[in-house]
Amino acid sequence: MENYDIVVIGGGPAGMAAAVAAREMGIENILLIERDRELGGILQQCIHNGFGLRHFEEDLTGPEFSERYIQRIEELDIPSKLDTMVLNVTENREVVLVNAREGLKAVKAGAIVLAMGCRERARGAINIPGSRPAGVFTAGTAQRLINIEGYMVGKKIMMLGTGDIGLIMARRLTLEGSKVIAVLARKPYPGGLMRNVVQCLYDYDIPLMLQHTVVKILGKDRVRGVLVARTDENSLPIPGTEELYECDTLILSVGLIPENELSLSAGIELDRRTGGPIVNESRETRVPGIFACGNVVHVHDLVDFVVEESEMAGKGAARFVQRSFVQRPVECDDASIALLPGRGLKYVVPQLVNAANVEDRLDLFLRVNRVYGPSYIEVKDGRESIKKVKRPRMNPGEMERVRISRSNIETIKGSNLIVEATEVEG
Amino acid sequence: MSKINREIICIVCPTGCRIHVSGDNPQALSITGNECKRGEEYALKEITDPRRTLITTVQLNHGRLRRLPVRTNVEIPKRSLFPCMEIINRTEVEAPVEVGQVIISDILGTGADIVATRSMTRA
Repeated sequence: MENYDIVVIGGGPAGMAAAVAAREMGIENILLIERDRELGGILQQCIHNGFGLRHFEEDLTGPEFSERYIQRIEELDIPSKLDTMVLNVTENREVVLVNAREGLKAVKAGAIVLAMGCRERARGAINIPGSRPAGVFTAGTAQRLINIEGYMVGKKIMMLGTGDIGLIMARRLTLEGSKVIAVLARKPYPGGLMRNVVQCLYDYDIPLMLQHTVVKILGKDRVRGVLVARTDENSLPIPGTEELYECDTLILSVGLIPENELSLSAGIELDRRTGGPIVNESRETRVPGIFACGNVVHVHDLVDFVVEESEMAGKGAARFVQRSFVQRPVECDDASIALLPGRGLKYVVPQLVNAANVEDRLDLFLRVNRVYGPSYIEVKDGRESIKKVKRPRMNPGEMERVRISRSNIETIKGSNLIVEATEVEG
Repeated sequence: MSKINREIICIVCPTGCRIHVSGDNPQALSITGNECKRGEEYALKEITDPRRTLITTVQLNHGRLRRLPVRTNVEIPKRSLFPCMEIINRTEVEAPVEVGQVIISDILGTGADIVATRSMTRA
């Protein structure tokens, strides 16, 4: 069986950044596996700008950002297998892969980094009744067809959901000559960033219909229209408010889910709040030697944060292979500190901390569960507050980062840290 | 002389400040609600000369893929977005292409170049 020090699964920004970080730690024998025909991942189809403002301090498009990493992979001579699908990962770090050149084969890894990213929720996930004609796409599929493959998806378009990809696609379709009839949001506020509502919808006079949803898809061979209903305070359709909108295409932008079939095959425990593996400060999962980073762990909103997290995973995997990684005994959780989302939080990553592996600081990534005005985030060790940071405002669509110094970590007495969000009165 | 009184949502960063711009004299407008200096610049620009980066694709011949992603290297007036699209839609590029390569220079006299945002080898 072929042996590698580190196998990275997924050649998007997460996998590339992890592979680069591992090589920079001196690991020679790395393999990067990608199922698409080229490296770069979803960034290759995100041709709009707004990437890299933190990491490169430049306003780059997706392809520009990913090309910088692809060049780095080439400079460092990190081998990759393209058009290759990983079918299975085991807990003793065997990776079963398949491609047209080698057929089916298994390779053995000293450490594995999972970087499979996430996928879109589709029609089945939101149960829209009606017939099953052509012309129903997720926003990401439409994006790939238009920006990479060079096919238009339709002429008269209804969009359901206000995720950022959906908003960006509404603008893209309009520029390419399609008519976007409206963008529908079930909730009374859009899911994506306000700046995207402005520069993608308002700039092009695309109507944003808040508190509306699609209740039926019509059409036999091709979409012929959709029934749209108003929604109530629980975001449920109100019977009797249905209106027919004629269109040939329905695009869905209704959320992303971390893609963890391989994690489950390796027996990795997932966090039901994030939908991704439970990880520690080095992004090691509960299975020793298997690390995870990027959107497979939790859905990020900035690739800059994905890259930051992936560098931790790449470094952690390298230290594991070099045996400089302080291993937590699998059967004994007492050796690590659990980070728990308390009041006001949707989730916090990492979920575990092994203080011995923290270098100069520990970064917590978290999301709040509702819109907050002036508020603060607090990290508590029992009753004692070990970190408190102010925020002018917070909302679930924007990930927050809280930094804890090593000296603060060393003073922790309990086995749990609770992270809470509190709105300032008045 | 028309009085200016507009609310502008800033698109400079994800914060999305609601900026209020008002006044009679375009040289001395009152700008409130922005949390940073860049917001003030954006709001003023949005009133006097709104600009955007145009991002799209052009037809690519003999490349590994059929479309080449491109952008304007500087922002162009908002009213020029669709006229520029018409020119870009008539443009064909021959592979190979290097990232940053100028595809159309000074498009419509805006001073902006349309540049490739990725490299593409020949098929």
